Amino acid sequence: MEEKVKNITTDEQQEYVINMGPQHPSTHGVLRLVVSLKGEIVKNVQPHIGYIHRGIEKMCESITYPQIIHLTDRMDYLSAHINNEAVCLSVEKALEVDIPDRVKVIRTIMSELTRIQSHQLWWASFGMDLGGLTCFFYGLRDREKILDIFEETCGSRMIVSYNCPGGLMYDIHPNFQKRVKDFIKYFRKILPEYDQLLTGNVIFHERSKGIGKLSLKDAISYGITGPSGRASGFSCDVRKHEPYSAYDRIIFKEILFTEGDTYHRYVARIEEMWESMNIIEQLIDNIPDGPFAVKMKPIIKLPEGEYYQRVETARGELGVYIISDGNKNPYRVKFRSPNFVNLSVLNQIASGFKIADLVAIGGSLDLVIPDIDR
Amino acid sequence: MKKEEFGDNESLELLHESASNVLLTTIDDVINWGRKNSLWPLTFATSCCGIEMMAAGAPRHDFARFGMEVYRASPRQADVIVVAGTIVNKMAPVLKRLYDQMSEPKYVVAMGACAISGGPFFLNSYSVVKGVEHVIPVDVYVPGCPPRPEALLYGMLQLQRMIETQTIKSRKKRNASHDTK
Repeated sequence: MEEKVKNITTDEQQEYVINMGPQHPSTHGVLRLVVSLKGEIVKNVQPHIGYIHRGIEKMCESITYPQIIHLTDRMDYLSAHINNEAVCLSVEKALEVDIPDRVKVIRTIMSELTRIQSHQLWWASFGMDLGGLTCFFYGLRDREKILDIFEETCGSRMIVSYNCPGGLMYDIHPNFQKRVKDFIKYFRKILPEYDQLLTGNVIFHERSKGIGKLSLKDAISYGITGPSGRASGFSCDVRKHEPYSAYDRIIFKEILFTEGDTYHRYVARIEEMWESMNIIEQLIDNIPDGPFAVKMKPIIKLPEGEYYQRVETARGELGVYIISDGNKNPYRVKFRSPNFVNLSVLNQIASGFKIADLVAIGGSLDLVIPDIDR
Repeated sequence: MKKEEFGDNESLELLHESASNVLLTTIDDVINWGRKNSLWPLTFATSCCGIEMMAAGAPRHDFARFGMEVYRASPRQADVIVVAGTIVNKMAPVLKRLYDQMSEPKYVVAMGACAISGGPFFLNSYSVVKGVEHVIPVDVYVPGCPPRPEALLYGMLQLQRMIETQTIKSRKKRNASHDTK
């Protein structure tokens, strides 16, 4: 008996391993984190993925190009429209199709609306992660207004499937411009309320400032893109560096910070919402007339070769890499998804902080799990 | 009225006239009334449907009207598991375990095409469970990809109706036929 007691080490060096997920409300899905702790301090975070691996990349090899769009919706469902756009742009690039101006402008407006609604939902759930339940109600209340606009034009609330190779599925609803303008007017008034509720909150500052610092060097070497990367000073906005659709004709600034902590990842997203509204305002009055789609062949076959297109989703850079062997199905499709890459840095930035901060850091990276596993 | 004086149905009418606080019901009715008006869902979301489930709890659609607002993070405190999203082979044992951890009475709502049949991933996918009923018994199916929050609300109301018609006997029978252990 005594020997047994002796064998139990009360050594402080011993690590305590706990399992977080796959069913855990603050991992935003079915991410599993195996966390090694020393006391309350996180020593090591090991993400286990694959709990929602649906084999989308492999499925793409057996379906046609227009069908791929409906699968990309379900990868990063919060930036569904932008994912669609990435596939469409790469198919159009391969076929060298000239896209009408009207399509480009509408796509850009829809992308920015998608970005705003994604950030709203992120804001809602991030507030909830840190214990502010009111954020959830505010964020989702305003998000419904954008979903109404989507529903009117696309017929669906969040999985829109509005793009197709060569343009759009159908023209915008006659109310579209008015609705969007109303929303911008409304949201410009509401967004400062978000700041009052959370950004200026002392408890929130305590929990986010200086927590989970990501240096510029790490951001670049890990390839952290999107608002998370830009909060560390990594200028990685694809809209700026490699403009697609109508981003080359508008003036907007890339949100850059140098601190790279949880607080600045938060502020970067709030600022992005302001910037997105600026972009929409520049375009909404000048939607050019013209056809809403180019007539494509009923069966789209890409010429043999490799095609890559990157776009800026709400979470970072999404790359679509298609290898075609000349058939109606792609030979191989690879998605460079922003969440998978952003997750990889979690161990680096969460080590050394408390376990409660792990939730805050994970929330500030804004992970969407089906996009990680695909 | 004294207990000795209570004889037949006429004394019952007398009771009624004198407006005494007597309520006659069956145990089934009382239990079902309690169960159906406080269904606590588990926060279990795997993909897109989870966002619509959140939207159903948000101000516009407001789950709370029907007594379902308390999302529980622990399966031991939850009454109903809304399977919102795709279940893949790696997740299936976890889902089964979650279901087993829930205490009786427990109900399952399969939300969305993926949970019903595999949905868009029915063909060509090597890793998706083709319908959640292969893993746990389902009470209500809510179709859509993803279903609107209204659809989920309707599904939950259907579940409430289902609970209303249950008796202790039928419940036992159902549990025996669904015993997956």
